[in-house]
Formats: sequence, structure tokens, C-alpha cells
Amino acid sequence: MMHFLLLFSRQGKLRLQKWFLPLPERERKKIVKDMTTMVLSRKPRTCNFLHWKDLKIVYKRYASLYFCCALENKDNELLALEILHRYVELLDKYFGSVCELDIIFNFEKAYFILDEFLMGGEIQETSKQSIAKSVEASDMLQETMEEYMSKPAF
Amino acid sequence: MTPSVRLQEMIRVIRSARTQGEERGIIQKECADIRAQFRQGDNGERSHSLAKLLYVHMLGYPAHFGQMECVRLIASPRYSEKRIGYLGAMMLLDEKQDASLLITNSIKNDLSHSSQYVQSLALCTLACMGSAEMCRDLAPEIERLLRASNCYIKKKATLCAVHIIRKVPELAELFTPSARSLLSEKNHGVLHGAVVLITELCEHNPDTLDQFRKAVPELVQIMKGLVTSSYSPEHNVAGISDPFLQVRILRLLRILGHNNDTASDAMNDLLAQVATNTDSSKTAGSAVLYETVLTIMDINSESGLRVLAVNILGRFLLNNDRNIRYISMTSLQKIVQTDHNAVQRHRGTIVDCLKDQDTSVKRRALELSLALVSAVNIRSMMKELLIFLSTCPPELRSQTTSGIFNVAERYSPSKRWHIDTILHVLTTAGGDVRDETVPNLIQLITTASELHCYTVHKLYRALVKEISQQPLVQVACWCIGEYGDLLLKGECEEIEPVQVTEDDVLDALETVLQSHMSSPATRGFALTATMKLSTRITDNVDRIRSIVSIYGSCIDLELQQRAVEYNALFKKYDHMRAAVLERMPVMGKNSPGHTNGDTSGENKEPDPSKPKPVEAGLLSEPASQVCDLLDLLGGTDTPLQPNPAPTSTPTTTSSTDLLDLLGGLEPTPVLTETVYEKNGLRLKIQCDKQTETEVMVTLIGSNSAQNDITNFSLQAAVPKSVQLQMKAPSGNVIPAHGLGQVTQTVVLNNPNKVSLKIRIRVSYSNQGVMHQDTVQIDSFPSPACQPQSALCDTYTSSASP
Repeated sequence: MMHFLLLFSRQGKLRLQKWFLPLPERERKKIVKDMTTMVLSRKPRTCNFLHWKDLKIVYKRYASLYFCCALENKDNELLALEILHRYVELLDKYFGSVCELDIIFNFEKAYFILDEFLMGGEIQETSKQSIAKSVEASDMLQETMEEYMSKPAF
Repeated sequence: MTPSVRLQEMIRVIRSARTQGEERGIIQKECADIRAQFRQGDNGERSHSLAKLLYVHMLGYPAHFGQMECVRLIASPRYSEKRIGYLGAMMLLDEKQDASLLITNSIKNDLSHSSQYVQSLALCTLACMGSAEMCRDLAPEIERLLRASNCYIKKKATLCAVHIIRKVPELAELFTPSARSLLSEKNHGVLHGAVVLITELCEHNPDTLDQFRKAVPELVQIMKGLVTSSYSPEHNVAGISDPFLQVRILRLLRILGHNNDTASDAMNDLLAQVATNTDSSKTAGSAVLYETVLTIMDINSESGLRVLAVNILGRFLLNNDRNIRYISMTSLQKIVQTDHNAVQRHRGTIVDCLKDQDTSVKRRALELSLALVSAVNIRSMMKELLIFLSTCPPELRSQTTSGIFNVAERYSPSKRWHIDTILHVLTTAGGDVRDETVPNLIQLITTASELHCYTVHKLYRALVKEISQQPLVQVACWCIGEYGDLLLKGECEEIEPVQVTEDDVLDALETVLQSHMSSPATRGFALTATMKLSTRITDNVDRIRSIVSIYGSCIDLELQQRAVEYNALFKKYDHMRAAVLERMPVMGKNSPGHTNGDTSGENKEPDPSKPKPVEAGLLSEPASQVCDLLDLLGGTDTPLQPNPAPTSTPTTTSSTDLLDLLGGLEPTPVLTETVYEKNGLRLKIQCDKQTETEVMVTLIGSNSAQNDITNFSLQAAVPKSVQLQMKAPSGNVIPAHGLGQVTQTVVLNNPNKVSLKIRIRVSYSNQGVMHQDTVQIDSFPSPACQPQSALCDTYTSSASP
């Protein structure tokens, strides 16, 4: 099971944080700090796996964003790389050539997409099209309501 | 009231802040607005405000005042408000907050909502932050959704059930019946969730595990379908059909097949098929292969399959992708103990990985290389390890040095090689060795009496070259002090002769004493060595006297004390000087000075009031005589040397005295018994450790014939309830004329405490002729209860010429 998933920029600014375990706020902040320090200090041609406490940390850099997740010992690290890649593909499909700014200004949508892909630290759906359809349908539901209320979304 | 700024507008404003202070100001203002908004109640703006608050929260600012707003929004009938409300709950509420309980009712209602997207929100939130209480409340609802709903909801309900089981393990029984039927679903999402659920159920309860073993054929079918299916665009990743599902199924099969022959047999074919047919050119395929290898190694698979798995790992080692190399080495590390020979085949590649750029890969390669060292490959492996040591990153140096010392100790082909290796390490990485290295090395040197001349010459030369590596300098000083006479004699078989004068030696020691690079401990060594030389050299005793008297006023307390005592030795106790400063006895590994962390134990002169165990007549060959004495105290590795009779009387009495003085130290008399003797080959059994349920013995083979014994190997058989573990032998060649021996440690685990018997088959070649004999040992030599009688026993055996 995945313990958490973090997205942060090269300057260490947090862009998304998903926690699959209950942890107090103070501890979350500390973990974010540890992760950003550890991952940002990695040299360019090193492997994408780290050990931290009793967890395996898998990270991958996409343009200016670092995607970082924590796995338990029995989880498959290579598959985790595929999971991170799948999430990026989903974002890409939704935003159309996604970049960091998209995720900054539409962070709530990034969360909605993630919530259709992962749940409780496990993969919920393995088909890209299925996830895209669900998110689209939810958006439609929201917009219909908004149109009805004649108010802009957020 | 100022109209609320839209979310994206706010983000833009915050990002445009040029300083931290400016940002804080903007955020404070925004938070005040948000709080006002919340107080206003329902006006259609609440979701905007909460969204803004969530952004502020992500930047690290406190947002707890939004918790109640989340609860209110979740209860709203509008989907947009529910959506942001649930997101807020997942971000701001966790099970430790009281507010989280308040949403239980909303979740319950939403679980039966007409819109599946609302149901989905509720399920997602419950799986993300549901506390144990909430889980208990809502479990029946989830179970209902598991059985009767559409695929979209079913897959979410399944993962929600997984979360519930993790939080409240007793509820596992609730979900077990439905879990099995989920395997017949065609939808991959539901199938994946089902596999995760079943995995969780099996891990929680061994009975459920037995129950689900019956599902192995079904899982094998599903897996086969995935592997052989034609291209399906929906699930395809780099040519692999749904690698996520494949990996999960393989993991479940691993749990089901572990320690169970029937289940393992049922999956053998499938695993072979996946292992051979999966394309590993991309990460997806490698992920599946990796999981397959893990599964093969963890179930009762046939040996052919295991070899296939190790070969896959070997192939991974050659992969261009660094991640795959790293994975391969972590897996090999796990199996190197159990499948040692299979991993040995890939030793070359592993050693090559020592040169990789990545430190993590280097670390793994180092651990694996150390695990793969054996008596056969020790020389070539050590070459590689020493090359690695000279170029390795600083964080790995101490691990490397300890590893090298460990394997050198276990497998060194000769004493000289051992000493050379340690010296090489000390010169290369002297600063990163453990503290016990110095006493260990000194102990090793004393036991290699034939190499004293060679060792002291080598150390002297190293000392003259540079004195910055403290452990090396310490050992060198000690040796020069001890064996200075051999150094001055000038001749030595194994090294080119160089004339060393007394002045040269004293110069070297004085340089160490005066250098600012020497640590206080090192200077202590140098001073004592200088003192010892006073009995070993002839001309420059005055020079030594003056050096020693200078240090009588040294600031360093330790040095001062030593110098003062040595001075006294020159003046008042000059008649005892020769006796006090003579050669040290051979040290056993358990002797008191040896276990002492700092080496001052060996260097302080023994208390003059102690009765000297050796009389004047023995001064000529101290080492061999006293070797017997120490052998009685502890297990030394040196073979017992024959002891001329005249010394028998004084040694017995003083050995008892020595034993008394050592008081609390328990002698561990090591008894060996000869069990087989033929054609010059003698096999002895030595009892190392004996408890009620475990016995550890060492079998020692020695050869007194004219020719070497080759292809020496031992096999052992024990009674049924006893477990036998034979460690790797130290070699398979026993040199002639008693020049060397082969040892092999055997551990016997005797849980039922039956009477131990062991049958040993000895096979060896002598002068081209193969011999094979069997010998049965019915009783083991056991440590005697009376130390006194033990002394006499070992003593008498050593006295025989």
C-alpha cells in the first residue's frame, strides 16, 4: 500500500499532497520537508529508489515537478514508477499537455483525478479511458448544477 | 463586504508576492475574508471560499477553522459543494479530529444516493480518512454495495472494504463470502480490487488463507488470459496487458503458494510461462518479471524454475536501466544465502557493478560481493575489493574495510596473505577501520611466528614512507618494539634485504613520537616500543635512556606516566629490565588484553610482582613454550607445538597461578579428539560450543604425509530429528608435512535432545588415488566440568612430541 504521494517543484514548493495514512499535521510537515530535501539532493544519474525509515521511496521527475511516493516493503518499486507515469498521463489527457502551472491553478482537479485512480493507497482502476470518462461525467454534473445556479465554477 | 475574489485570481495574487512577509499579509487578508464568508451562511459562495482555504492550507498555513465548513458542505444537496466539501474533509480532517465523526451520517446517506458520483465521493472519503468507529458503523453498507451495484461502485466499495479491514480486523469475516465471487467479474477495475481484498483477507487470517487456496486455479486462468491475450488498447502498457493487475495477481499467488506444495504445483507452469514470455524491454514488463521472480523464490517451486528466476535476475544485472540493476541486486541479496551457487554464477557481473556511478548500486554490489566470497575465489575477489576500496565513496569505506576483514579472517589462504591484506587496507583506508583492528592484527601477527621477520620489515618500510594512518603506525610501532632484533638482523627470505641500523629504527620511532599527526595513543605505542628496543639493541641504549627521560616531563599524562615508569626500570629495576621487556607470548583470541578496547593492555609491562611464568632458562625460545600456556586458557588457532620436557614442572605450577590471578576469566578448554587417521590424513573433531539443544563442532583435517591431499571433502549424516548445517569448508587441499589444515564448522540443532551421533564420509585424493571412508562418531568431546583436570588433560596431550 502506498503511504503518501507528494508533488513538489524544484524549489521545494509543495503542489499536491495525498496521505493514505492518518498522521498529525506536524508530522506531515516534517515528512514533506524530509522528502523534498532527500529527493532534491539526488544527483542526476542515480536510480529512482531510496530507503527512508522502513519505507521505500520512489520518485520521478517530470519537467519541473517531482512525483514522490512511499511504499511498503512488499510493494513493487518498478510498478510504482508505472503508477506515477500513469497519473502523469491522466493529467496530461485532462489538461492537454499538462505543465506545472496547470496543477497550481487547478489543484482541486488534480485531486479529483487522483481520487479516481488511487484509493486507500491502492490502484482503483487500470483503464485510462474509464478514469477519463468518470472525471468528465463528474465535471458535467458539477457544471450542470453551476449553469443552473448561473454561477461560475469556483 | 468586498466581493470575494475568485480562486484563480487569489492564487495569482499570492504568487506575485515578492517576499515571505508580503505573502503572509495577503494570506491573512484572504483568511479573514474566508472566515467572514463562512459566517455568512449559505449564499452559493461557500465552495469558492473552501477551495481558497485548501490552497492556503497547501502552502503550509493553518486552516483548522475550515473543518466545520467541510462538514456543512458535505451535507449540502449541491454536487459542486459536496465535491469540494469531501475534498476538504480528506485534506483537513483526519480520524483524530472530533469533527470527523460528524460526517459519518452524511457519508451514510450519500452511500445510498441516486447518483453514483455522489456515492463515489462518500466511498473515497471513507477509504481515505475513515476512523475505526466510522468503519464499524458503515461496514454493512459497504458490504451491500460490494454485492449489488454497478462496476464503478463495486470497485470502489472493494477498496473501501480493504481499508475497513485494515482499521478493524475483526470485520474481515463480513467481507470474506463476497470476495470470492468477485473474482468472476470481467471488469479489470473490480478484478484488481478483488485481488487486493483477497490479499488483505489472507494476510490477516491463516484460515481464510486456506480457504482461498482453492481459488488458485481461477487466478491462474485469469493470469493466463492476460498473458496470452491479444492487444487491448484499454489496458495495454508497452505491450503488456494490464501490468498492474498482473503484478497484483502474482503477489496473491505468492502468498497462497508459500509453504504449500499443492498450490505451488498448480502455478508452476504459469510462472514459467510468464517468466519466459514477458517482454522486459520496458519498465512495465520488468515490473511483472520482477514480481514473478519474487513469487518463484518464495513458494515451493521446482529447482529448474528457481534457476530460471536467478537467471532473470542475472539478466537484469546487465540491463542499461539503473533501476533494474538496483532491483536485481536487492533481490539477489535476499537469496544469496539459500541459493548460493546459483548466484555465484553471476559473480562477475556483480563485481563489475562495483564500478557503477550510483552510490546505491555500489552499496548493493559491495554487500553482494562480500556475501559471495568463498575459499575458492578469495584471492581474485580480494583483488577486486581492494581496488574498490581505493576508489570507493567515503560513506562506504568503513563498511568495506569491515567486510574485507571479515572475509579475510574466514577464508584467507595463508597467514602471510592475511597479514598482507590487512596491511594493504590499513595503508589505503587506515582512517576508516574499526577500533578492534589494531589488537586483532597484533594478535594475528603474534600467532604467525614464522612471519615475524617478514612482517616487521614490511611494517618498518610502511612506517618510513608515511606516518599519517594511525592504526598502521600503531601496529608498526608495536612490531618494531617486539621484533626489533629481527629487523636489525637484516635478512629475511621473502623480502629484499635492506640494511637497517639501530639509529634508523630509533629515528623512525622518534619521528612518530614528535609528529603532530600522531594521536596520543600512537605516541604511547611508540614510546613503549622504544623502551622495548633497549633489550634488543646493543649500541644505542643511552639514546633510548635520554628519549625516555625527556618524556618524563611530557604534558600528556599517559606518556608522562609511562616515561617515568620506564625511567624507574632503567634506574632502580635495571636487573629486571630484560625479563620485563622480553617477547610477548602468543595471544589467544579470548585473552584479556585482546578484548580490551584500547591496546594499552598489551603494552603496559606486566606487574613485576607477578611470578613470572617463564624461568631464565626459557629466555631463548619464549614463544613456543608459552604458546602451550595460553592454549590452556583459550582457543587459539595455532597448532600446538611440541614442548621439550624440562620445562614441564615450572610451567604446571605457574600456569595454575596464572589461572588464579586471572580470577573471573573462565577457561574454555577446547578438546579435540582424533576420529580418523589413515594415509597421513588425520581428522579431528573439536567441540566449540555445546548447549542442551545445539552443538557446534569444527572438523579439522591435517596431513602428515609426504604428498598433498587434494579434493578433500566431508559429508555428514545425523539422526532424524537432528538438523545439520555444514558451513563452507576453508578449502579442499591439505598441504603435506603438516604445513596446513582444512577446517569445516558443523552446527547441529538437537531440539528433541536425542543422543547425538554423526556419521562422516571422508573423500580425498592422495597421489592420484581416490579414497573414501566412513567414520561414525557416537560421542562428542565435551568440555569437562573441572578446570583443573582439563588443564592436565590438554597439557598431557600437548607434551607428547
